[in-house]
Amino acid sequence: MKRVRGTYGLRVTRAGIGSPFQILLLGCSFALAGYAGLRLLADDWLGVVLWFAGAALLHDLVLLPLYSLADRVLTRGTATVHRRERTSYVRFPAACSGLLLLVWFPLVGGRVDASYAGVTGLSAEGFLTRWLLITAVLFGGSALLLAGRLLRSATKRRSPDVH
Amino acid sequence: MGRGPSGAPVAAYGRAMRDLSPRLPSSPRLPSSPGFWRSPLRGPWFTSVLGTVLLVGITVLFVTGLVSYAAYNPGLDPVNDKTPDKGILGFYLFAWPTDPVWLYRLTQGVHVTLGLVLIPVLLAKLWSVVPRLFTLPPVRSLAHGLERISLLLLVGGALFEFVTGVLNIQLEYLFPGSFYPLHFYGAWVFFAAFAVHAVLKTPRALRNLRAMREERDDLVAPRPAAPTVTRRGALWFVGGGSLLMFATNAGRSFDGPLRATAVLSPHGGPEPGNGPNGFQINKTAAHVGIDPAETREDTWRLVVTGRAGTVRLSRAELLAMEQHSAALPIACVEGWSTADQWWRGVRLRDLAALVGHEDDPPDVFVESLQRRGAFRRGALRANQVADPRSLLALYVNGEELSPDHGHPARIIVPAAPGVLNTKWVARLTFGDLG
Repeated sequence: MKRVRGTYGLRVTRAGIGSPFQILLLGCSFALAGYAGLRLLADDWLGVVLWFAGAALLHDLVLLPLYSLADRVLTRGTATVHRRERTSYVRFPAACSGLLLLVWFPLVGGRVDASYAGVTGLSAEGFLTRWLLITAVLFGGSALLLAGRLLRSATKRRSPDVH
Repeated sequence: MGRGPSGAPVAAYGRAMRDLSPRLPSSPRLPSSPGFWRSPLRGPWFTSVLGTVLLVGITVLFVTGLVSYAAYNPGLDPVNDKTPDKGILGFYLFAWPTDPVWLYRLTQGVHVTLGLVLIPVLLAKLWSVVPRLFTLPPVRSLAHGLERISLLLLVGGALFEFVTGVLNIQLEYLFPGSFYPLHFYGAWVFFAAFAVHAVLKTPRALRNLRAMREERDDLVAPRPAAPTVTRRGALWFVGGGSLLMFATNAGRSFDGPLRATAVLSPHGGPEPGNGPNGFQINKTAAHVGIDPAETREDTWRLVVTGRAGTVRLSRAELLAMEQHSAALPIACVEGWSTADQWWRGVRLRDLAALVGHEDDPPDVFVESLQRRGAFRRGALRANQVADPRSLLALYVNGEELSPDHGHPARIIVPAAPGVLNTKWVARLTFGDLG
């Protein structure tokens, strides 16, 4: 009975406060984050706060819903033509192409052309062309893979008839 | 708090269940109801695999990042330190060695390439846990509320670090301030949240990875859509994205045909030129405001100062000194590097000896003709000056330095970050600094 009451007491505390170990740990973390954060915010605090929170919000509330929606549209599309199991043959090249654009948009979009060429002595041209080429190769490769698999399964299906 | 027929313990159990329980939704149209999330892929196993990869990967990123800061020798002189108010965050700093010569090439290449490779993993991990962003009630206890604040620092910090890094290597300085302090202090804020997250979640992640069957979890969709891919297939999908990032970036750490494979990344693709001076340039002479009139044979003089006084040397006088060779790479903080180039010129320790430091080469303060650039002045530590491969180079790969590689003379030091290999050197001041 004593043991049970002890458990009960702990539960009541936990309902309002939670694990003391966790609070202690988070306290240490906030102390370090605060120490570094004060220095991070020393110059343009508003800009940094906007970037920090904005990055999280933009990702969670814009980027993620957008690509989820695109994926849903794609899945609906393949389902409509009764080829739902082949969704990945479009999804993978599209996602890879999108990833490259997301990472390299300043170069691919020509945003940094003048400064890049001036600073490094390298040509800033051709990033868009190369991105398009990679995209074509990704989709083409995916199509070839699918064609190969279809051909193989067709051959397999036919072969028992031959014998 | 209700009372069960057998007393308090049952009531407590009921209470705990209720806390976890907005499980069957009133309206699956709201992201706060679990029914809103339909993907059959989400679940503790998937999240645990991605989390474990990030635990290892981000730890390597953090350590190589700290190492890069140490490589600048920030404690030596204020010109080397872009975060002078670091305080205790510089607790680990040490004198940067000159061996092996590829040390910075390796650590910084790993830092940037691994960062790019981890982007798909980070995105997938965030996708896998996004339903938790909307869980109700938003705060269940003090500890839970604090953890959610910490998660904002974790997610915001991770994205902040990746975005500033990715923009910086493309020379797209959109972020609010100078890259060094933002990326350095941002890393510490992020790491504070990352460390506590790792401590709280790693045991469970490892349990999930060991468990053969899928455990019920708030991440598992209560009414999942029909799958188009298995969880294993989804991991291959993420791994494929990482492999693509690796294949299109790793070449930036090599010359020639390998660099040509880095088709979309800065300092990837073809070399800037042909011949001995055809290797990668960090900043061109025109960009940093080098006036050709100041680098001519008859106008340029190197001013060397030490405890015995000051000497002024023309290029011809430097060439009359004993010439030495060293095969050393250029490795940039932006993650690209070149293979070893064959440099030829005067040893830094011979120049130190010339101005009165015969046996004990001290630190040196280097000044460039550059009008612009955060590193137009730099400091090198005594161990770097003393290394027989540390040169004031006049030739590279058998030819005079080109204007973009620092003609008439540049510093080249084994294992030092690229920007401390000052180009267009005008003045060397030997003496104890830090």
